[in-house]
Amino acid sequence: MSRDTLVWIAILVAAAGCFGWKILGLSVPAGLLDRPLVRRFALLVPVALLAALTAVQTLTSTTGQLTVDARLAGLAAAVVALLLRAPFLVVVGAAVAVTAVLRLVGIG
Amino acid sequence: MKDRRAVLRDAFGVGVAVGVSGVAFGGTAAAGGLSVAQACVLSLLAFTGASQFALVAAVAAGGNPLPGALGAILLGSRNALYGLRVGPILDLPARLRLPAAQWVIDETTAVTIAQPDRRSARLGFTATGLTLFVLWNATTAAGAAGATALGDPARYGLDVAGPAVFLALLVPQLKEHRERYWVAGIAAAIALGTSPFLPSGVPILLSALAVPVVLLAGWRR
Repeated sequence: MSRDTLVWIAILVAAAGCFGWKILGLSVPAGLLDRPLVRRFALLVPVALLAALTAVQTLTSTTGQLTVDARLAGLAAAVVALLLRAPFLVVVGAAVAVTAVLRLVGIG
Repeated sequence: MKDRRAVLRDAFGVGVAVGVSGVAFGGTAAAGGLSVAQACVLSLLAFTGASQFALVAAVAAGGNPLPGALGAILLGSRNALYGLRVGPILDLPARLRLPAAQWVIDETTAVTIAQPDRRSARLGFTATGLTLFVLWNATTAAGAAGATALGDPARYGLDVAGPAVFLALLVPQLKEHRERYWVAGIAAAIALGTSPFLPSGVPILLSALAVPVVLLAGWRR
């Protein structure tokens, strides 16, 4: 199977799963899933995954080895923008700009 | 009944502000190796930002993208909770439930539950959903096409857009919940600690173990 086909399959699987959650929530009778533990679990899982994704995408190379480069400075810029309550696109833009400038001058 | 214009103003405000962020997704997707068509199909069919970025991250890392698809689905689980919240408020007839489900995401939920009555809630949900859906898909296409035309994404720092997005989504969820800081810290440690040894995408899935770890530790106390 070609890489392109695999990516298409992954896209369709992810899309079907994401839609499945949405229709499930809208169709299930109120109260059936709406228990404190289920709610807490479902709110905490995204926190775990987002933290893991941030860490891995900032601090590992394409082979999974730990590495520090210009991306970390970009992420620091995003933190500053977040603390200043900047809009979403400004946060992302700050990270991209700092990383690009550092690479332009040959760092990381 | 709240003033229609006030509802629409809220809805368009949220829809436009978040909808244009599709350009960041399109750009990241193209930088991560997705074609313009793949980025657009993902925005059309998945239509939930965090999950889309997660899948792109897995594709960008190379290797098998299917663990990434699982991670994307796990991230989408909160939309089921949103459905539970907005379902009774909107009280949709069965034939509208299927098309409406696609729009049950963070922003539409926020606007819907903020309305004082059913008519305002339905108007707010529809206006926010429509604005977001149109803009998110249009700007995804623009971002993907733009980044593809630029070439060599790392030179422009586009590889950091993904983590910056994840951080921007994560930080508002932490707020003052100590439990969530623990979950985030342990999850990051699990992912970083296992990524040299496991195929890409798998460390992200493993990081979800931080949730039962923290919940169990909380019960013990």
